[in-house]
Amino acid sequence: MHGLAFDIAHLLAGGLVLVSFVMLYQDRMYALINAFALHAMLLALSVAWQARVQDAPHLYITALLALVFKATIIPAALRRIVERLEIHREIEAVVGTGLTMLAGMALVALSMVVMLRVTAGADPLAREDLAFALSIVLLGLLMMVSRRNAVSQVIGFMSLENGLVLAATGAKGMPLVVEISVAFSVLIAFIVIGIFLFRIRERFDSVDVHALDRVRRERR
Amino acid sequence: MFTRSTAFAASADDMMPFNAIRLVLLVPLVSAGVLALVPNYRWSSRLNVVASLATFLASLLLFVHRPAPTALTQIDDLNIVFVVLNTFVTLTTSIFSASYIEHELETGRLTPAYLRFYHAMFQFMMFGMNLALVANNIGVMWVAIELATLTTILMVGIYRTPEALEAAWKYFILGSVGIALALFGTILVYMAARPVIGAGLPAMAWTTLITRVADFDPSLLNVAFIFLLLGYGTKVGLVPLHAWLPDAHAEGPTPISAVLSGLLLNVALYAVLRFKMLLAANPHTFAPGPLMIATGLVSLIFAAFMLYRRRDIKRLFAYSSIEHMGIIAFAFGMGGPLANFAGLLHMTMHSLTKSAIFFSVGHVAQVKGTQQLDDMGGLSVTHPMLGWALVVGVAAIAGLPPSGIFLSEFLVVSSTFARAPLLAIPLVIGLLLAIGALFMKLGGVVFGEPRGSTAPDKASYVPFVVHLMIVVIAGIWLPGPIVSWFHNVAHLLG
Repeated sequence: MHGLAFDIAHLLAGGLVLVSFVMLYQDRMYALINAFALHAMLLALSVAWQARVQDAPHLYITALLALVFKATIIPAALRRIVERLEIHREIEAVVGTGLTMLAGMALVALSMVVMLRVTAGADPLAREDLAFALSIVLLGLLMMVSRRNAVSQVIGFMSLENGLVLAATGAKGMPLVVEISVAFSVLIAFIVIGIFLFRIRERFDSVDVHALDRVRRERR
Repeated sequence: MFTRSTAFAASADDMMPFNAIRLVLLVPLVSAGVLALVPNYRWSSRLNVVASLATFLASLLLFVHRPAPTALTQIDDLNIVFVVLNTFVTLTTSIFSASYIEHELETGRLTPAYLRFYHAMFQFMMFGMNLALVANNIGVMWVAIELATLTTILMVGIYRTPEALEAAWKYFILGSVGIALALFGTILVYMAARPVIGAGLPAMAWTTLITRVADFDPSLLNVAFIFLLLGYGTKVGLVPLHAWLPDAHAEGPTPISAVLSGLLLNVALYAVLRFKMLLAANPHTFAPGPLMIATGLVSLIFAAFMLYRRRDIKRLFAYSSIEHMGIIAFAFGMGGPLANFAGLLHMTMHSLTKSAIFFSVGHVAQVKGTQQLDDMGGLSVTHPMLGWALVVGVAAIAGLPPSGIFLSEFLVVSSTFARAPLLAIPLVIGLLLAIGALFMKLGGVVFGEPRGSTAPDKASYVPFVVHLMIVVIAGIWLPGPIVSWFHNVAHLLG
């Protein structure tokens, strides 16, 4: 775990954080979905690299899952949904892009400070990975709260899950149980979301979560 | 993964022809599959009861024969309480559900196709919760809680009204965020365990973690606990992460509200408790108590105030669940044998009482055709049985003697007075506020001008009566073996 191996792992994990930022400021659905596909692809590369470096062949399965499922199938399905629901254009953010980016930077700084401090004893790769992973998780959370559109909230959630997979693979020798289950839960989660989106579609003309808020009558 | 665990289990207990833990898991799983195929709802609701009964009996077997811990499952003094409570409330809820859904079919809110799905999901959710409780692996436990969450999300949205969909969506988003944070915490615990225990399954097993935790890196454990408390705390419904809870309770079918309040919140709390035990066993970590005390008190007082403004009967009792979860978190945060004992007792009593209240509330909402408190009234005249049942239930949940809740709340308050008198003041204020709110709301519904429909009810009172009897008996006299059992567990919790 020296030199090149470390640098490449670092580069890939850093790339994931960067793409998380890219997703934060997308204002078109298709562009956002493409950015997510890129995110998933980087994750697949990063996991595959970990598999090679750690000599843990089972991680290749996780990488493959990320590549096939998250980087290919889900974006395709999302594009279909967007097409059907005709929501290509609008992504209304709750706060402005500039403010969101600033908040994102603050969150990344926070996770660096927290994780690098508490993991002082751990090996450097796991340390960096955890710090990056926490940044991705927090950026995913930020995306979920700063978007009103249901599809982009889902994408925020999936990018958050990507961060978790990065953390899980960075933790050396973490049993396969978890990796598969994470992938699995994403699958289940996606089915759930799919059902939800279609149900919402049946009742409303928009998947804007605020449309849901408007129909509510009695909130207490 | 499963082949490995079964091989492990087979070697561990050769003496028994079967393993009770496996029964507790397999019965709900298999019956979920069967129920998905049964088209007739009468048969499926009966089958649901039979399956729940079988699971309950299997959980009782755990008392007699306790299988040795395997790589993936374990039973100890702590989780056996949760498992038995879980399967018992499941059984009574399935009986209640049978009479509840008949009415839903008549009014056309649910169709037979949806009922098939409903019953299958009901058992699948039980599988998830039982797996979470018996898991000997922090990863498996996480997966199981996620599974139980996803099934309840589907159940909450089953009526497909805009409100139900919104509630389900909100629950889904908040629940997923919570569950994601919990996974991050789980990974951190593994990271802390790996240098000491070595890579692989043992570094995620409760049985090995608890014996070796003293050597773990304390700062990693600290951060992990914060994530776990935030993550699983969302599922417990602790303020400020509670926003999903009232909606999910109000918009789903009432049997699901009963299960959510009575069981799922407990399962999430169980996860928090397990991790708290880990922290307590490591001398260099920070004390998790104050954090839990603070969130518990905030939840209690916030929920007590919110009770006054509720206009929907199921939301009212959902906020009451937040309040009680706050009390329980407070008690476990205080720690020590007495407060832990009180917390355990309160948790058990709250599960029984709150699900009993939802049983009666479900029938009340059905006969009145509304959940709005303003549109219902004079239950004692129109439906005396239901009205008085509600009075008894509310008296019990408010903590009036001789209910078991009185006993547990008394223990929480007195142990707090003994150790931190200042903390007892907000605690007592919160409790009194909640009692006031509950009785104010109850007065309008049960007494006062008769409002709403007077159609006769077809309620089943058996589940309600059984729960309340246990609660009252526990308030008057707790059998010796149970007391010593709880004491033992309270010591385990540290």
